[in-house]
Amino acid sequence: MYATNYHRASSVEDAVQLVSGGDEAKFLSGGQTLLPTMKQRLAAPSDLVDLRHVAAMKGISVNGGTIRIGAATTHAEVANSAEIAAACPGLCHLAAHIGDPHVRHMGTIGGSIANNDPAADYPAGLLALNATIVTNTRSISADDFFTGMFDTALEEGELIVAVEITAPAKCGYAKFPNPASRYALTGVFVARQGDGSVRVAVTGAGSDGVFRQAEMEQALASDFSATALDGVSVDDSDLMADIHASSAYRANLVKVMAKRAVTAAG
Amino acid sequence: MGMEGIGARVARKEDKRFITGKGRYTDDMVAPGMKHAHFVRSPHAHARIRGIDSAAAEKMPGVIAVLAGDELAADAIGSLICGWMIHSKDGSPMNMGDWRPLAQTKVRYVGDAVAIVVADTKAQARDAAEAVEVDYDVLPAVTGSIDALKDGAPQIHDNAPGNLIYDWEIGDGAATDAAIASAAHVTEMKIINNRLVPNPMEPRAALGVYDEGEDHYTLWTTSQNPHVARLVMSAFYNVAPENKLRVIAPDVGGGFGSKIYIYPEEIVCLWASKKTGVPVKWNCDRTEAFLTDAHGRDHVSTVKMAFDASNRIIGLKVDTIANLGAYMSLFSSAVPTYLYATLLSGQYAIPAIHANVRTVYTNTVPVDAYRGAGRPEATYLLERVMETAARELGVSPAELRKTNFIREFPHQTPVIMCYDAGDYEASLNAAMAVSDYAGFAARKAEAQSRGKRRGIGMSCYIEACGIAPSAAVGSLGAGVGLWESAEVRVNAVGTIEVLTGSHSHGQGHETTFAQLVAERFGVGIDTVSIVHGDTDKVQMGMGTYGSRSGAVGMSAVVKALDKVEAKARKIAAHLMEADESDIVIENGELKVAGTDKSVPWFQMALAAYTAHNLPAGMEPGLKEGAFFDPANFTFPAGCYICEVEVDPETGKTEIIQFVASDDFGKIINPMIVEGQVHGGVAQGIGQAMLEAAHYDPETGQLLTASYMDYTMPRADDLPSFQVSTTETACPSNPLGIKGCGEAGAIGSPPALINAITDAIGNNDLTMPATAERVWAALRSAR
Amino acid sequence: MVSVSMTVNGRTVSGQCEDRTLLVQFIRENLGLTGTHVGCDTSQCGACVVHVDGKAVKSCTMLAAQADGSEVLTIEGLASGGELHPVQAAFRANHGLQCGFCTPGMIMSAVDMINRHGGKLDEKTVRAELEGNICRCTGYHNIVKAILDAASTMGDGTRVAAQ
Repeated sequence: MYATNYHRASSVEDAVQLVSGGDEAKFLSGGQTLLPTMKQRLAAPSDLVDLRHVAAMKGISVNGGTIRIGAATTHAEVANSAEIAAACPGLCHLAAHIGDPHVRHMGTIGGSIANNDPAADYPAGLLALNATIVTNTRSISADDFFTGMFDTALEEGELIVAVEITAPAKCGYAKFPNPASRYALTGVFVARQGDGSVRVAVTGAGSDGVFRQAEMEQALASDFSATALDGVSVDDSDLMADIHASSAYRANLVKVMAKRAVTAAG
Repeated sequence: MGMEGIGARVARKEDKRFITGKGRYTDDMVAPGMKHAHFVRSPHAHARIRGIDSAAAEKMPGVIAVLAGDELAADAIGSLICGWMIHSKDGSPMNMGDWRPLAQTKVRYVGDAVAIVVADTKAQARDAAEAVEVDYDVLPAVTGSIDALKDGAPQIHDNAPGNLIYDWEIGDGAATDAAIASAAHVTEMKIINNRLVPNPMEPRAALGVYDEGEDHYTLWTTSQNPHVARLVMSAFYNVAPENKLRVIAPDVGGGFGSKIYIYPEEIVCLWASKKTGVPVKWNCDRTEAFLTDAHGRDHVSTVKMAFDASNRIIGLKVDTIANLGAYMSLFSSAVPTYLYATLLSGQYAIPAIHANVRTVYTNTVPVDAYRGAGRPEATYLLERVMETAARELGVSPAELRKTNFIREFPHQTPVIMCYDAGDYEASLNAAMAVSDYAGFAARKAEAQSRGKRRGIGMSCYIEACGIAPSAAVGSLGAGVGLWESAEVRVNAVGTIEVLTGSHSHGQGHETTFAQLVAERFGVGIDTVSIVHGDTDKVQMGMGTYGSRSGAVGMSAVVKALDKVEAKARKIAAHLMEADESDIVIENGELKVAGTDKSVPWFQMALAAYTAHNLPAGMEPGLKEGAFFDPANFTFPAGCYICEVEVDPETGKTEIIQFVASDDFGKIINPMIVEGQVHGGVAQGIGQAMLEAAHYDPETGQLLTASYMDYTMPRADDLPSFQVSTTETACPSNPLGIKGCGEAGAIGSPPALINAITDAIGNNDLTMPATAERVWAALRSAR
Repeated sequence: MVSVSMTVNGRTVSGQCEDRTLLVQFIRENLGLTGTHVGCDTSQCGACVVHVDGKAVKSCTMLAAQADGSEVLTIEGLASGGELHPVQAAFRANHGLQCGFCTPGMIMSAVDMINRHGGKLDEKTVRAELEGNICRCTGYHNIVKAILDAASTMGDGTRVAAQ
């Protein structure tokens, strides 16, 4: 790791202030991706602003149909939240399969989506759930937030404070992990809203990060069942190919995982 | 057997320090004034070094020195050696390219060390290493063995034209060709044995300490064989004479072969300690380990197996190309020859065998012995061919094997080895019974009803371990003898120290070696200490690899115990005025048979050291040493059966059951032996289903250089294993031990692949059988 | 440089370190507690697992400065008064370790796992929960067995042991 300067923020305002003070300052949330990246000297922030002690960024609340998750809430807290389990069980399932137990004790929802790793789980969940990402300055819809591989709509120094989700009628997530990294080789989150509309979001497979699968959304809107996807063919031309999987295999997984996500949604 | 003697399932003595965090590994060592090293490594797979500019790095904070290859050469530090001479079939010696500990003129793989930076902290050393400017003239690289042999391939070493190291053969080519020509059936296959990274969980480390006052060097290192390290560093690398060099391998966190070799970093840390006047510690991070630890396997073979009309094998012809990487590592030349081709008869009576082996240089890290070393390659090739032949011939895999099993011993194969004992059908029958082989069809049908594909596969392996008779390996080109040593010291109060040249890095020697003493004298294992891993404490020894600690290391202990026992009997007989032949040793006492006379063990020991009342002419003291040189290799063998269920939608394979039935001869501690099988099978499953080192063929970059990309087996990839043993005694050593360290890794890959190919109905499958490969094979089978 | 102060194995410790110092480096180098190991660079192997404020975390993926003010438990602090923790005892009784390098992290993970699951552990759950700990020696067989054994000793759970 290159030399850096550590700061501990006490509030959202303090965090934003601190991060504006460094040349190449970065927010440090759970650190489960940022710190390994720094250890390998692939990132060299001049300053790190620790968000783990900002009370306003923590916690889960469910009011009516609205779920609000503080950005500094850990994966373990989401996975084990009875309130979320009652309103949006697919999200608990997703959070319970990020990384491993130790990573889930530290990693946070805000950190995950700010990084927008093309194989991370949360981007698929939040995109399919049509979440709203609340920052210190504005609210951003998931459709606008995830702009490409490792890229988001966040401005310089802008801080995610919370994520808000309207509880879906049904949802499910199915992930085929990369056997080495355990990130998603392909993960598909399916959500059906009360009005019958369906959103399907795919992570791990896209060559430019998380994306929505329109054809599947249409098929499922008229018939929310795994068999409704039988006729859908997945084009592999925009899918990722690397030493772990060809685009053709990922295309197969998109369909298989989508069907399993629908089955899991019940 | 006593409570703690031979055959007892004794919990390990060494565990307490490991489970309480008190193990002492090399990276835990701190020397006064110690500084930290980081190596400048080549980012290119193949390049000429035009120059090295370390001026900026030397001015960085905390930097003590930046040292490069020219300074090392000026101090006459030698090049790394390969310790086993192989001659090509035309009689010419192998082409050994020069391997400098720090490259001077050329780098040949990504990670090749160029310079060492010593600084106050590890982070400062790494910071400064990035500031060392190396001017490279980048050359084209080649990483695959087949490509390296092609006309026009980049030339890696000047003295190895066409990158060929040797072109070697074994067996009778004409007889084998004739058998194939006359065969009723010939099964032909191309077999690839994937390249693996050993990955012991403790990364390598070295701490070099030079003492100017004594002109003496101490090296703490992650080694499986500290004495061999001292020998090689003295005799070939010119670091220090043996009497001025102490090598200590303290607790070592796994080896699997990769810590046999003496690596550049160990040599350079010692040398740099003298150059800088401070103790120099280096510890490897995991990516550095991927780039620089010797890799394993990487064979491409074609094979023809010929059968007569009654399904008896009449000939086997094998052609193998083995990738040895950029330099010849310490035992690399022996692995694809004498540790591989000599096992190509497997468990079968085969009258004619011929194997041709070519080894090649490539721009990859050196390849050497990794758990099994040659024998997994032979077993995988043979056992896939056997299963395939059974399918082609329309007979059951078990029947085809039974038709061809060797049943009389000793059995001389056409490829050097003379098998001394075994009962292969007993292992096969045991494994089939445990796996309920007969009930497989019903299980397959049940799986089919759930949309899953079930398959079952077997593998009947043999290996040669307990390496080995020194004269025999010497005649085959080995540069060292492969005996082992022991010294048994009975202290004046009766406690016992056993000094062994074997080295434990997870095998549990501190317990099992003590069990030998408990068995012999009836003393508790807590009164026995096993001393190993320090050249200043222990007499010369050859270390641990090739499953040799039991068959060879323990045999040396037995010989030393024989001598101690003989003297103890004399002393006891003298003390009790009895006849030596009437002395019985049991429960910590020396008794006169048929009387109530006895002397406690400690009292006999005290008498030996007070020397007030010893038999006339007897020297005081009770301490004996022995060297054991085995009469033959040992031949563990067994049968593994694997049952899998494949998800046809994703190609993902789930291992439903894995059954191992092994014949290891005599077993000292079944609990530890089972643990060795579990670990070996897990590594074999890793090879078959998960693990592969991938180099980019254009750039020579290692694409799988961390656990993000290299799939290590994890708990949820594996089932619990069903492990059992059968026993035929090994006649080649006093305990009848065959060895168990590598069997699991040798026998398991073909069992798993045979099961998957059975499940999917397509035999065209290459390791590792990843979900995608299985999915693709399923589709092409339709 | 930062000043950090934390409670490690019940004892208050403080020290100065570079901001970039990882918690595992602070534990090993500043405190000399070398039972916590480093086996990879990518936060996967779990040899470095310790408990911070009661939860298992990877001490190679946390800065020492982040742990300022926290309670840390390492493998050295697990046994109390010379008596092994039931998980330590179970690892020994079931031969759940060979080279010992991954063992401290395995044991700290197992304690955390049993704390969270109590008696509900079964073989499948244990294997899934071990995703963040890599062992190269044991094939996990006896580790799984040891954890199930310890869970049954410690909790009210039923034992579904690996054979």
